[in-house]
Amino acid sequence: MADPVTMTINGREIQAAPGTLVIEAARKNGIEIPSFCYYEGYSLQAACRMCLVEVEKAPKLMVACTLPVAPGMVVHTESQKVKDARKYTLEFLLTNHPLDCPVCDKGGECELQDMVFRYGAGESRFTEEKLHVQEQQWSPVVFYDGPRCILCFRCVRACNEGMGVGALGVVNRGSVSLIAPNHGDHLECDECGQCIDICPVGALTSGTYRYQTRPWEMEHTGTICTHCSNGCKTTLGVRNDKIIRGNNRDRSGINGEFLCVKGRYAFDFYDHPERLQSPMIRVNGKLEPVSWSKALKHVAEKFSEIKARNGKFGVIGSNHTTNEENFYLQKFVRQGLGSNNIDHKRTGDVVTLIDALSGTTGTLATTADLYEGKTFLILGADLAIEQPFLSFQIRASMRHHAAKVFVVTSKEVREDAYAKKSIRKAAGSEIEALEELREALAAESDLVIVFGSSVKGEAVRKLVAFGESLGKPVKYCALVDYSNSRGAVDMGLMAELHPGYHPSETPGMTLPEMLADETLDALWVINENPLEAAGLASDKAFVVVQDLFLTETAQRADVVLPSASAYEKNGTVTNVCGEIQRLQKAVTVMGTKPDLEIIGLIAKEMGLAPAMGPWVSETVYGEIRRSVKGYDIALPLVAMAAQQTAPVNGRVNVADKSALIQGAHETLFTSGTLGRYSKVLNSVIEKRAGMSLAAQEESHV
Amino acid sequence: MYNQPHPLEVKVLTRRFGLPNSRSIDTYMANDGYTGLKKALEMTPEQIVDYVKLSGLRGRGGAGFPTGLKWSFVPRTSPKPKYIMVNADESEPGTCKDRLLIENDPHQVIEGAMIAGLAINAEQGYIYIRGEYRYLIELMDKAIEEAYAKGVLGENVMGTGKRFHFATHSGAGAYECGEESALLESFEGKRGNPRIRPPFPAVAGVYQSPTILNNVETYSAVAPIFQQGAEYFCGLGSPKNGGTRLFCVSGHVERPGVYELPMGTNLLKIIHEVAGGVRGGKKLKAVIPGGSSCPVLKADECDINMDFDSLAAAKSMLGSGGIVVMDEDTCIVKAALRIMRFYAHESCGWCIPCREGTTWLRKLLQRFHDGMGTRSDIVLIGDLSKNMLGRTFCPLGDAAAMPTIAFVEKFRDEFEAHLDGKPCPKENISRLVAA
Amino acid sequence: MTFSPALEARFEKFLAKYPADRKRSALIPMLIYAQDEVGSITDELIQELARRTGTTPMQVTEVVGFYSMLQRKPMGKYHVQICTNISCLLRGGDELWEQACKKTGLGHKQVAADGSFSLEEVECMGACSWAPAMQVNYDFYHGVTPKQLDVLLDSLAAGKKPEEIAEVKKVSC
Repeated sequence: MADPVTMTINGREIQAAPGTLVIEAARKNGIEIPSFCYYEGYSLQAACRMCLVEVEKAPKLMVACTLPVAPGMVVHTESQKVKDARKYTLEFLLTNHPLDCPVCDKGGECELQDMVFRYGAGESRFTEEKLHVQEQQWSPVVFYDGPRCILCFRCVRACNEGMGVGALGVVNRGSVSLIAPNHGDHLECDECGQCIDICPVGALTSGTYRYQTRPWEMEHTGTICTHCSNGCKTTLGVRNDKIIRGNNRDRSGINGEFLCVKGRYAFDFYDHPERLQSPMIRVNGKLEPVSWSKALKHVAEKFSEIKARNGKFGVIGSNHTTNEENFYLQKFVRQGLGSNNIDHKRTGDVVTLIDALSGTTGTLATTADLYEGKTFLILGADLAIEQPFLSFQIRASMRHHAAKVFVVTSKEVREDAYAKKSIRKAAGSEIEALEELREALAAESDLVIVFGSSVKGEAVRKLVAFGESLGKPVKYCALVDYSNSRGAVDMGLMAELHPGYHPSETPGMTLPEMLADETLDALWVINENPLEAAGLASDKAFVVVQDLFLTETAQRADVVLPSASAYEKNGTVTNVCGEIQRLQKAVTVMGTKPDLEIIGLIAKEMGLAPAMGPWVSETVYGEIRRSVKGYDIALPLVAMAAQQTAPVNGRVNVADKSALIQGAHETLFTSGTLGRYSKVLNSVIEKRAGMSLAAQEESHV
Repeated sequence: MYNQPHPLEVKVLTRRFGLPNSRSIDTYMANDGYTGLKKALEMTPEQIVDYVKLSGLRGRGGAGFPTGLKWSFVPRTSPKPKYIMVNADESEPGTCKDRLLIENDPHQVIEGAMIAGLAINAEQGYIYIRGEYRYLIELMDKAIEEAYAKGVLGENVMGTGKRFHFATHSGAGAYECGEESALLESFEGKRGNPRIRPPFPAVAGVYQSPTILNNVETYSAVAPIFQQGAEYFCGLGSPKNGGTRLFCVSGHVERPGVYELPMGTNLLKIIHEVAGGVRGGKKLKAVIPGGSSCPVLKADECDINMDFDSLAAAKSMLGSGGIVVMDEDTCIVKAALRIMRFYAHESCGWCIPCREGTTWLRKLLQRFHDGMGTRSDIVLIGDLSKNMLGRTFCPLGDAAAMPTIAFVEKFRDEFEAHLDGKPCPKENISRLVAA
Repeated sequence: MTFSPALEARFEKFLAKYPADRKRSALIPMLIYAQDEVGSITDELIQELARRTGTTPMQVTEVVGFYSMLQRKPMGKYHVQICTNISCLLRGGDELWEQACKKTGLGHKQVAADGSFSLEEVECMGACSWAPAMQVNYDFYHGVTPKQLDVLLDSLAAGKKPEEIAEVKKVSC
């Protein structure tokens, strides 16, 4: 690395790496230089002129956001000249800005307000008529108020550069310039809301948040989005035990401020009117509400009876429940009920990957690797649609590190637009394209490979062999589909694997085997909906379902237990890259219980509580640390930041069950059962338009 | 030619104007055309740049940057292709010379561009012509066709084996695109917002490649420099201001027109002798010396040599050579208003001070001119202009601020005459047309 | 979207002017020549030119809004543009503009009901030394008096070609 540059800001000698912009050098040293248009990570604009500073020997004020540091440079950021420039730039800005702060959603969080407070003039000399245009609604979630817009172009860059969508543009010229949506009067885009989030003023507002609350009336809970497997941190704004808003403005978590439409808005399923809020027992063929004690007692009695006669249990765990819940569930099933018939809906071949990487270290990619990497190979995945944060990371690496992207998919994907090379191969035969890419990949210094569910079993082994043959550091990520799909595998919600990839000596029935078994005595389903697309062969099976909604599976249940969603409980989840993160309870929904508690109470009713241990998330986590390889990470560390679970380093000697893997191909606007109950996801035009390209066409069970 | 030539003119760039078929390649070649190119073809790039430096030529677009020096900034060894760009987006109010240069002698422009190409090993040039000059685009296309047919342009320039291609490019109505980096954005099919500089076009111009970008008149001067000699050209002007200049005289004179005169010709001489004096024997009030961006000169400041340095010393600019003459009946407030309306209309909207400042000033000046101004408004007009000055992204903000500051400072009495509800003293009705 | 063979040929020429991976450079020339044929920049035209230049319709829309010659609504058959900028103003550009408004009954950027004329007050058109100046479509007229303006507009309305109007000569040719 080149020697740092020594320079002076406000009389303080500071050091900065060559090429650092003055605005950044100052900020890193606790000296704030205001800006609207400058935004870390996006292209430079030098448009707002708020960051003008005085540089000794320069004839006029200089723009700190485009000025690289230089040895001996002497900068003043608070001189009278600078203060005046800020004050009068703000005066200009306010000429056409409506001072409707009392009714503006942004009031209290507005950067313009803050700047005027700090640097602005107390009075305005502007007595002319302001420009006015009508507010527009661009989508169910995006509103644009032109007069409030200060034309900092952050939204345009977030959409173009950050998302690769380019749905926003600037129209007209001069003071009548406005931001405009890509389809005349409306937007057709990812509906991610990043444009709203990044807007420094109240020009872009959220259809769900607007006029709901003043920001200071909310309490904030940082937790993890419960939809896809990327594991974005979302900070939920809660008022009166209601979630009002999701965002991540503090940039904590792996995702910085990134959120997709699901992370930002689709928490809304949680208070859908059809949310189950009372246990139900089937009486005379009809599900009737009953008390929790009665329902739990009923389940315990039936389970005890079936267990006593050595009956056949089938237990289907969830891709959304916490590691603690999953661990506790499999422990209860294996030790309490004495069955190995436990499984979950498998969405990616993590098992073969871990086995194939046996003996290596540092070969599993983190979400940070998807930004730090210089070369990426994407196999069999419509990343932007199915794994939005991973796609965002790679785009950022493209912009900041000139990363090269190679794509092998069955259909066109967004990555094609900036890929060095895109190859079309039918799903399942992606690895046939590897040799074609060998030369190009071999020329690069490193490689991160992400692969979708169509690359499984033997193909994964071939892929790893190919990676090894390149003779350079290669990292892998087996894509999975839901918020804790990876955790479900790690925690042993698998017929053939116990937690930590320990092969079962007596593998149980897999999910399809359970459903197909005509002699099944009990089916216990936790937040999963297997009967949506398949039948249950056993007529006599006693069916217990824990869910948020009366799904197809729940409708077949003998007992329905209303469970709490991810936003209503504590615990940990593990994302697609094996990073463990902490869920924090934001709200309570009356009548529901977290799945961990439900399982614990069933155990208790069966008299198995002492053997199972307390159903307290932190306690169960302690047990996970002790017994699941790779998870020995102290909870306070997890609470601080995502931690990658150290990869299992040894063979996983089990039969290849990769045939069971079926990608869900959820799009930006679907999320299994949860998506059905999200008002926002169902209201956006893109869902109806089936914009999700390849994904929706691929049939899945 | 749309006006009669004047005997005081020194016709270098315009010397073929008025010849029969002056724009044809045959006429051009029969009158020294492409001999400059021939000379340059025998020189090294370094020699060409040095020769341009020797001529004392300074950019005719407005800023007056020494042309040879500008050319020397191009990294000739860059592996990227190099480009020549001709700025024919003439739109500075008061300026109408590039139009004539293309209309009457398009090959002179091509020759200048080709010599520039040789100076940096460029093989491709473009001329960005404002969209309103449609007839000039067609005319230039014809000239280019002729040059290809004669083997001047193409894969084998005049049989030397060198390659140079040249093409027209149409603008679509935006003053801002006359600013070089905005022109480059526009050329690439984008909004004409200026670029962050550095890097300058010499390093990252057309398609982020090294580029020479000059005004039509600058290239037009390059051809005669090589045809007739750099020393000859240099000797025509005043020190450090080589050659002649096309002065566009407009406004209240008897014989408005475009006149080619040596750099440094006295302004009063231009007005009174060349342009026939102030129209109708009226008294001279003020002159904008170099296009609307240049601070106005009061009548008593007009005894000045028209070159870059003399005007800079008088806190104005030679600019694009647009001399706008105003007689005693002119309402300065109205002139200031009209100019501000122009800048507000043409501000690209990229940066806050220019976008909001020009619009505010337009509204304020309109109200003021309509007789609804206050004494504090006079101060405010100057203040707002100063708050734009030096703080905008590109020179357009300065171009709006500088003349306004000068109008207020030099003609405060005229502003005061509009106070107290009095309508414009110079006319009965003032118009209210939105810009 | 289909264009006349002449325009197609022109587009082909435009696209050939720039490096193969720089088709976007042809966008603005294509827009302005297409406008001459289509009448205005329609949504369909935006889609079509986006396709041909490898841009998105949003990018084309952004460009269209920036340039004052590109019109989203059709102007008249004769688009009368009168300069009132400083040099023209000093020599009667204002009066010429007012006369044009009076004569046509139109205001800034308005189009006659029959589509014959439209009016626009424009910025400097580069005819400062021959002010007041105006353009009808792409034809320049220099030193126009209000009386000449009447004659010009009457003649055009009567179906005369600009070349045939002896009283007011177009200067650009």
